[in-house]
Order: sequence, then C-alpha cells, then structure tokens
Amino acid sequence: MTLRLFCLAVIVFLIAPVIILVPVALSSVSYLSFPPPGWSLRWFSDFFSDPGWLSALFYSVRLSVIVAFVATALSLCAALSFVRGALLFRKAIYLVVLAPMIVPEIITTIALYFLFAKLHLVGTGTAIVIGQSVLAIPVATILISSVLAGYDIRLEQAAIVHGASPMQAFARITVPLVAPGIVAALLFSFLGAFDNLLIALFMASPLQQTLPVRIWSMVQFEMQPVIAAVGVIVSALGAAVLVAGASLQSRSRAALAEAQAMAAQA
Amino acid sequence: MTRTRLLIVPPLLFLVVFFVYPIAAMLARSVTGTQGGVTLQTYAAVLKEPVYLLILANTFRIAAIVTAACLLVGYPTAYFLSQVAGNRAPVYLAFIAVPYFTSVLVRTYAWMVLLGRDGLINHVLVGLHLAPQPVKLLYTDFGVVVGMTYVLLPYMIVALYAVMEGIDRTLVRAAAAFGASPWERFRRVFFPLSLPGVVGGSLLVFVIALGFFITPALMGGPSDQMIAMLIQTAVEQLLNWNLASVLGTLLLAATLIGLILYDRLVGLEKLIGGGAL
Repeated sequence: MTLRLFCLAVIVFLIAPVIILVPVALSSVSYLSFPPPGWSLRWFSDFFSDPGWLSALFYSVRLSVIVAFVATALSLCAALSFVRGALLFRKAIYLVVLAPMIVPEIITTIALYFLFAKLHLVGTGTAIVIGQSVLAIPVATILISSVLAGYDIRLEQAAIVHGASPMQAFARITVPLVAPGIVAALLFSFLGAFDNLLIALFMASPLQQTLPVRIWSMVQFEMQPVIAAVGVIVSALGAAVLVAGASLQSRSRAALAEAQAMAAQA
Repeated sequence: MTRTRLLIVPPLLFLVVFFVYPIAAMLARSVTGTQGGVTLQTYAAVLKEPVYLLILANTFRIAAIVTAACLLVGYPTAYFLSQVAGNRAPVYLAFIAVPYFTSVLVRTYAWMVLLGRDGLINHVLVGLHLAPQPVKLLYTDFGVVVGMTYVLLPYMIVALYAVMEGIDRTLVRAAAAFGASPWERFRRVFFPLSLPGVVGGSLLVFVIALGFFITPALMGGPSDQMIAMLIQTAVEQLLNWNLASVLGTLLLAATLIGLILYDRLVGLEKLIGGGAL
C-alpha cells in the first residue's frame, strides 16, 4: 500500500511539470508567477503573431522532416543488411551504427562542428540535417530491425517465385510489411530532430534559428510565459505526431496480418 | 543475399564520414600541439588549471548525487512495478515514459517555473509557514540535482525493472516456506538478486549524467558548471579547439569505461533492445 502511494507520487513527480505548463501559458501577466493572478490567451497570440517564433517553428519542422527521411532511408538499408545479409565484421559495423546513441551528444556535436567549420558548412541547414541524422540513425535502425526480424522472408521469396522482380518484391511486399517499423523510425527521427538543441546551437546561422535554439536563447535571459505557450504547442505537436503514427501503424499492422493470411492460403 | 549485404554501404559510409572520422580527428587534435606535432601539453594545461579541475570534480560529484537520488527513488518504484499483476505494469511504465514525449528544454523550463522565487514550491513553503520568505532553489546545486533526476529517473526505473521482472519468485516463496520474515526475504533473497539492475542502472544514469548540458546550464548557479558546458565555452567563447578536444576525449573515456563495465555486468544488448540484431 505504502509502495503504491510512493509509486503514484513518483508518477505525479514525472507528469506534473509537463501539465503545469498549461496554466503558466494561460497567465495574464508577463512576469513568472504560479499560480497566475489571472488568465488570458495573450501568450498564444503573441507566439502566432511573432514572425521570429513562426519562422523558427517552420524552419524546425522543415529540417526535422528532412532528417526523418534521410535517417529512415539510411536506417532501412542498415536494418535490411543486418537482418538479411551475411555481413563481414558484423559486430564492428553494428557498433558503429549504434555508437551515436552511446557517445555523449556534446562530443558528436563539437567533432562535427570542427569538420563543418573546415568545409565552410557551419551556418547551413545541411550541417544541421547531417548532424541530427547521425543522432537519429541508431534508434531508427533498432526500430526497423525489430519489425524486420519478426516476419517471414518466404513471403518475399514467394512473390519472386510467382514472377515478381526482386525490385517489385521489395516495393510491393517488403516495404508494406516493414511499414510499422518505417513509420516508427520516421516519427522518432522527426521528434528527436525537432527537440535537438546542441547540433543546431553550434551549426545554425545567427539569422535563422531553430525552435529549440530560440527557446534556449530566451530562457537564459528571461522566463516569460510565452515559453510555456511554446512548450504547450510543441508538446501538442509531438502528441499529434505520435497519435498519427500510432494509427498509421495499426493500419499497417492490419495490412500485414492480411498479407500473411493470404500468403498462408497460397 | 549478396546484394542485400551491399545495402550497408550507404549508412556505413555516412557514419564513417560524419561520425567516426570527426571523432577520430577530435582525438587526434587532443594530442596535437599549437604548432603541430604530437604532444600532451593541452592535457598538462588542463590538469594544471584549478578552474578546469574544479569543473571536472563538479561533474563527477553532481553525476554521483543524481545517480544516488535516482536509485533512492527508482528502487522502490521498480520494486512495486515488479510486484503488480503482469498486465498492469505496462500501464505504469507508460505513465513513467510520458515526460519523454515533451522536449527536454521545455521540461527544464517547467522546473524553472516550479522552483523559481515566485514559483509553486515557494508559494507552498511560505504559505505553510515552513519558510519565512521564498527560498533560493533555482540556480543552486539542489535545482540541478532535481532537474537532472527528473530527466534520468525513468532510465533507472526501466533498468531496475528489467532485472527485477526476471527474478525467480519461487526462490522468494521458498524462503518464506523456510520461515523467513518478509524483511529477511527481501534482504537475503530479492535484494541480492536485484543487484545487477542496481549496478547497471547506476552506471547507465551516471554515464548519461556526465554529459549533461541543458539542465545544469539553465538550472545551476556559477558553481554548478559541468564538463559539457565547459566544452561549449571552449569552442564558442575561448575558440580553443584543442582544449575542447582534450575535454571531449576525457568525457568520452569516462563514458566508455562506464559502458564497458555495464556491458560486462548486465550486457549492452539489454540497454539498446538489440535482441533483433
């Protein structure tokens, strides 16, 4: 009983700070005070009428979408060769692919910063996309491999036996079957990039901030409730992406079950 | 099959160019002198500078306190989760994972709001006459430890739970059958069996804490500098890439030692869920 209360207290400790942002974002005053003395939507309207915030938001969304596709495409290749191919130096290659998850982010960031400074890429979106893709690959590869390992390779072989080219078999059988993993990889890569501060802090040009960089530069000097409003918007966006992904996943799972049933009949 | 094997080339090439090579270059830079040539002079300079040594010591101190705090809060929580009926544990775990779906920056900001001079915690303290005036909680050691524990606690809980879930319950029941009291059963049977989780979770949290940047930078005072912040200062303000490389190498070495120990004791595949690979 005591343990259950303790566990519930821990859950409150973990969730409360996320929820507390909502009343702060609805505060009517510009100084930080909790509970707020009055309510208003001024911080949300401030956000949506400020070109600085909006351009940071759109820039972040744009870069994160590119990262999601780059990282997922590379991870799909890695996962296919891990699960299917008889790789030489398999263990060493596996370590290289997962290492960005293990090495502290600040190290990856400065190491890339030194490289990009020499290549005159600092201050470009390309630098940010490359850096955030490196960070996204390990999780994306794990997500796709775990789905890939779980299904029957004979489905693909059956398609080839029935006259499909390897390319057709890949596009019509493998991709739909691995779709849940691909969707999850896209989602987590997007969210990881969207949330990433360090890479963008070093690589972004002073003229075009990403959303986390803008939040960062504001939080250091003042703690206006507009940041809570940004937090609420960002969390809502994250939740929306996850829900969309989950529904896409359950749909592709249904498709997977159907395909396997059909294969079983054949 | 041979062609499937070739698919590793694009991701591997990408990571070699944009990850392995830059890190190797950083390691090389850490032993390069200002005029070129191999030298340990930057390491010597770091070890001679009291400010840097203080920040290194600070990093280890804060990481150790945060690890202890996570263990203290995480162990009873994971123990409870391992005792509830199997189908309810995932629900609790899902709640524990909720913070992961909001940004670290935003979560840190939320803690700044809570711990600030005019924040909720101070309102409660003053309102209940537990403190005559608002207490300084933010920009202190305390603030950093709370903020980092908040971010790292779920890692500890999951690491502990993974081990506890696998403990054979018949052993505990056997101890009961031989007349051991509940406390003895826990102390002499369950707890020793859960030790791999304690060691593994602690190493994991400690290693991640060493590289922390956002939370100490925003919630700590001037005396709570950690190594990642010093690395950023070295690159962006001191423009001293060699110094940043030395600090980066030290952080990388500490991290790798921790993870190798983790691998020996618990197995790294548990951490990265790579059962499929």
